[in-house]
Amino acid sequence: MSDTAVHSQEPQLLEVSIGPQHPSTHGVFRMNVVLDGETIVKLKPVMGYLHRNHEQLAENMSYLASMPYTDRLDYICSMTNNFAYAMAVEKLAGIDVPERAQYIRVLMAELTRLINHTLLVGFLLNDLGAFFTPTLYAFREREKILDFFEATAGSRMMCNYFRFGGVKADLPAGGMEQVKEIVKNYSRFLDEFERLLTSNEILRSRCQNVGILSKELAVNASITGPILRASGVNYDIRKVDKYSIYDRFEFKVPLGKVGDVYDRYYVRILEMRESIKILQQLLKQMPEKGEILSAKGAAAAKSPRMWKPPAGDAYGRIESPKGELGFYLVSDGSPKPYRYHVRPPSFINITILEDMCLGQKVADAIVILGSVDIVLGEVDR
Amino acid sequence: MFGFGVLKGMSVTLWNFILSYVYPKKGITTVQYPEQKKEVEERFRNFPFLVYEGAPDNMRCVACDICSKECPPKCIYIIPEKDAQGRVQKKPATFDIDYAICMNCGICEEVCPFDAIFMDHEYELAEYERLSSLLYHKEDLLKPVEHFAKIRPTDYGRIEATRAAKGVKGRAQPVAGAPPKPAETQQSPPATS
Ligand code: SF4
Ligand code: SF4
Repeated sequence: MSDTAVHSQEPQLLEVSIGPQHPSTHGVFRMNVVLDGETIVKLKPVMGYLHRNHEQLAENMSYLASMPYTDRLDYICSMTNNFAYAMAVEKLAGIDVPERAQYIRVLMAELTRLINHTLLVGFLLNDLGAFFTPTLYAFREREKILDFFEATAGSRMMCNYFRFGGVKADLPAGGMEQVKEIVKNYSRFLDEFERLLTSNEILRSRCQNVGILSKELAVNASITGPILRASGVNYDIRKVDKYSIYDRFEFKVPLGKVGDVYDRYYVRILEMRESIKILQQLLKQMPEKGEILSAKGAAAAKSPRMWKPPAGDAYGRIESPKGELGFYLVSDGSPKPYRYHVRPPSFINITILEDMCLGQKVADAIVILGSVDIVLGEVDR
Repeated sequence: MFGFGVLKGMSVTLWNFILSYVYPKKGITTVQYPEQKKEVEERFRNFPFLVYEGAPDNMRCVACDICSKECPPKCIYIIPEKDAQGRVQKKPATFDIDYAICMNCGICEEVCPFDAIFMDHEYELAEYERLSSLLYHKEDLLKPVEHFAKIRPTDYGRIEATRAAKGVKGRAQPVAGAPPKPAETQQSPPATS
């Protein structure tokens, strides 16, 4: 080293490793950032700390036995994970789903969307420095939905509730009233939440024009979910595929204009309002009684170890709260899947992190990461 | 006006703060665990237990090994009892569940054809050590059927009704060739994809 290095005019770059144990990385995630002063010039996400070999595990057990493991992918939205996996297997084996079970499924999926977006907004505000007040309000509301999940599925977070061709159990006595109560009060809570946050000047100045994701880049990087829609692309699998019974409900797909953190925040608030609309229509339409498991599904559930779907492949996908969640299954006619692949929205959405963070301040990187909405259980699998 | 949004937000926190004093029923949503405990829902599932009728010796489990084969993380370990001639009896000599591995999925309960294993409501299971003290043996797992009736009356009623309809009384009747026939393999048309 020459002694002139100290006096050189070259910018002094500093390499910082944020994580894996860091409160703002939402799990065990690491960002290696190169800083010029406080500006990010390079960012490398490091993943894999929570790798649990999900796909290989699933290839070594019966189809049903993977169902509880899918809960643990995105542990905040176990119901939608179940939904996507059940859809893939139903496609593979040609199992139909009875009417009432379809309604229960959509009910669960939309409640999960409420949970996810409420929590995300809470934690995003945590990252911004509004310590725990919004998070606790979010937890308060989430708790009511989790109580309903517990009463219906038996578990608050690891629901394991969907079965191929239906759901595990019907709603409990008084379950309908519980949902009606939740749906009735939720928009009031959202109003309160917005009063607390949306017009807050600190939130606006921290979020607006930060981490802009352009339409083109979002599409090219196959981003899905609220992030894509915040960038102004109208793409919602509930509308595109009309899977399950989503064609029976009227709802809008909220879009953002700029594609910054603020849009991502606000699109989620609007999506929650649309979810409430779906739930209101659903509660009106839902049949009082009915089958919850089709005959073929019951045969599959009887002895899961012996159940063999026909050889072939299938891809089932849904609009999970985080984006397109898909399961690709290849069957060779044996009781175990030959190939089992997950298309996790979090993992694919996080690949865009560097492009959003370049040129921003290091404090903004945390906020941008928060607005992408990742769950490491799903990223690392 | 700049700063007005912040004040508006503060009014929400202030309102919640006041609410928790003047109307604690609505304003306070937490309970003082462990002094106070919330009732769990009837369907709540945590860890499995085995049922017996009358005496612990009269257990319903016939050691058919279905649950241990279906259990996703394979945390059930069963050795059937053998009589003096070495013939296999319809009763487990060893029935261990490793609670450290069990993931509370409830699949064992769903697949058991003899209604012998159910999910419990017990959730305070903390231990100082995680190997031997969380490996539950037959003696720890056995609970009377009345316990099941107490924690899950609805399910108990339904299961007893189907058992009565099948004519099973008391100890599960050994069905010829313990493991039931596998469900007929589906002859459904290949998936369209
Ligand atoms: S499936 Fe039921 S009867 Fe068979 S070994 Fe398990 S608990 Fe016993
Ligand atoms: S609850 Fe699930 S993991 Fe636990 S013993 Fe039963 S099947 Fe195995």
